[in-house]
Amino acid sequence: MAGSVLEIKNLHVSIEDKEILKGVDLTIKGGEFHAIMGPNGTGKSTLASAIMGHPKYEVTEGSITLNGEDVLEMEVDERARAGLFLAMQYPSEISGVTTSDFLRSAINARRGEGNEIPLMKFIKELDKDLDYLEIDKSMATRYLNEGFSGGEKKRNEILQLMQLKPDIAILDEIDSGLDIDALKVVSKGINKMRSEEFGCLIITHYQRLLNYITPDFVHVMMQGRIVKSGGPELAKRLEAEGYEWLKEELGIKDETVEQNA
Amino acid sequence: MTVETKLPYDKQYIESFSSDRKEPEWMKELRLHALEKADQLEMPKPDKTNITRWNFTKFRHDYIPGEKIASMNELPELLQEYFDQDNIPENLLIQRNQSVAYSTLSEELKEKGVIFTDIFTALEQHGDLVKKYFMTDAVSVDQNRLTALHAALVNSGAFIYVPKNVEIEVPLQIVFWHEDPSAALFNHVIVVADENSKLTVVENYLSSASEEETVANIVEEVFAHDNAKISFGAVDHLSSKTTTYLNRRGVAYENATIDWALGQMNDGNTVSENITHLIGNGSSSNANAVTVGRGKQIQNFTANIVQHGKGSDGFILQRGVMLEGATTIFNAIGKIEHGAIKANSEQESRLLMLSPNARGDANPILLIEENDVTAGHAASVGRVDPIQMYYLMSRGLPKDDAERLVIHGFLAPVVTQLPIESVKKQLTQVIERKVY
Ligand SMILES: Nc1ncnc2c1ncn2[C@@H]1O[C@H](COP(=O)(O)OP(=O)(O)O)[C@@H](O)[C@H]1O
Ligand SMILES: [Mg+2]
Repeated sequence: MAGSVLEIKNLHVSIEDKEILKGVDLTIKGGEFHAIMGPNGTGKSTLASAIMGHPKYEVTEGSITLNGEDVLEMEVDERARAGLFLAMQYPSEISGVTTSDFLRSAINARRGEGNEIPLMKFIKELDKDLDYLEIDKSMATRYLNEGFSGGEKKRNEILQLMQLKPDIAILDEIDSGLDIDALKVVSKGINKMRSEEFGCLIITHYQRLLNYITPDFVHVMMQGRIVKSGGPELAKRLEAEGYEWLKEELGIKDETVEQNA
Repeated sequence: MTVETKLPYDKQYIESFSSDRKEPEWMKELRLHALEKADQLEMPKPDKTNITRWNFTKFRHDYIPGEKIASMNELPELLQEYFDQDNIPENLLIQRNQSVAYSTLSEELKEKGVIFTDIFTALEQHGDLVKKYFMTDAVSVDQNRLTALHAALVNSGAFIYVPKNVEIEVPLQIVFWHEDPSAALFNHVIVVADENSKLTVVENYLSSASEEETVANIVEEVFAHDNAKISFGAVDHLSSKTTTYLNRRGVAYENATIDWALGQMNDGNTVSENITHLIGNGSSSNANAVTVGRGKQIQNFTANIVQHGKGSDGFILQRGVMLEGATTIFNAIGKIEHGAIKANSEQESRLLMLSPNARGDANPILLIEENDVTAGHAASVGRVDPIQMYYLMSRGLPKDDAERLVIHGFLAPVVTQLPIESVKKQLTQVIERKVY
């Protein structure tokens, strides 16, 4: 089977009755890597949260489907089991629950009752991914994200990505707070996921990450909309020249969602 | 319902009960004196829970011996999950109703003079030793009506004595199985660690399922003499029809330590007090406790460390989860007496509510009568963080599973303290069963 298709159409999202997304259209297919760039406060995390089903974000218009199935009708856990994954900008700390217990529960939730992963197999695969991401083995027995440094949290999100093997992943600012070595390792993990079965949406406001992960499509978000799309060269130009030329071209003064054009 | 005020058992009954057990004269007198007191004393008044309508005085006190357990390979079903068949404890006492069903103590410990037996055998064979500790320096007979009633009607229990300089690495385990509720459980436990000794003890309370109302009135007295160290673990799991009054009392002398890890998992209404007196200089106690409340269950827990000794260290950690319509009160009391300079008293009590109908209160109290000390407290009553739930569910965990993880995680700081792996596992299972 070829990969999954995540289709977002005319998506409007509000938080506390304030409209943040004002009509987003985007289609991500298995095998494709998309990047969404844009300055802070333009609605990037809102898009990611709405796709995953964050309880605070309300979709007021438009649709999200995964392989034709209505994602908006699904609970958060159903979305995950349908194949979606979100590496969060700010992962929660779960006290008292070890990373490895949590991961095993999550893997088993996807595999379903009666089809649980054998313990030895789980340990072997976890060890392999820990090594690949150059994470100290002790992380498996530490409480999930509790007391983790910013960099450790990001690596842990990628560890989860590699372990859970979703069909479509959204990575929200996976590069923020990472030094160059950590950035390389995290990119290595993401690149390893590349296949015809795997689609990815990378959210970032730096071009830096895209030196290590080459996207097939680059989109720029401003004022809660995708205002420009292109190939990898668009990211390069933004890196070299910033966002000003684009704002000028589009006649945008304030790129955040606070203002309309 | 009006509460019976007249006691169900009289002087004659107690006299013959004591004689039948061939108890020493002092014990019979103690019982009779206690019976008189029970008539005069007030009921205990736990802070923030009204127990005036609870049944503590209407019960039967029949003597029901339990069947022997011939071998650990032939454990009754209810007990099977309490043990790991590949890892049967070397030192084990199983009490079934009012008699010993199974008991072992390693030759090595016997040779070292360790006493590990039921309370009646101890009264018979080590009467003077029992007399020294039985409701003298820890719980007193006339503390209230229920402690007096307890002394009058003790019908089961255990006695542990570790001589000077004996350090025991392997745990001693006791199971109190309240199999037949028609006899109320008046269980008395004494643990004595003599100077420079070391000991780990773990006890389990469990009842067979029954619709019959019954009472558990339990007193436990734990003594750590100079430089002794006691690690005390427990999993209480008495039935929903059992009304429980439980006193766990510790006394620690010079440089002695008593650490508690208590899984307070009763299904019925419960008042449970855990008080530790740090008498000696440099003595210390960690009082760790968890509970899960379910149904309409009302529970009141008091953890109290009273510090007399200079440089003594007391730390209370309580965690509780409340489901459905359960009510749980956590009282945490850190008391530093005058003269206990450089003492340190810390406490943390946290309750997690999973239902809008659950009620609870964490009640932090510091009573400090000395200036040169350090103390701190934290208390909270909260609900599950929806963002945590979102994070866990975003990895595919159904809501119930995510909630269960959060609950286990919340209780983990105490559960991980339990000193025996199989008991830790068993507490985790009891939690699991109580949560769903
Ligand atoms: N939890 C929130 N509560 C209120 N407003 C929010 C919240 N999250 C985001 N917003 C609003 O939405 C706008 C877009 O936020 P976000 O999607 O996080 O932007 P980005 O990820 O592009 O930086 C913010 O400027 C802010 O005004
Ligand atoms: Mg963001």
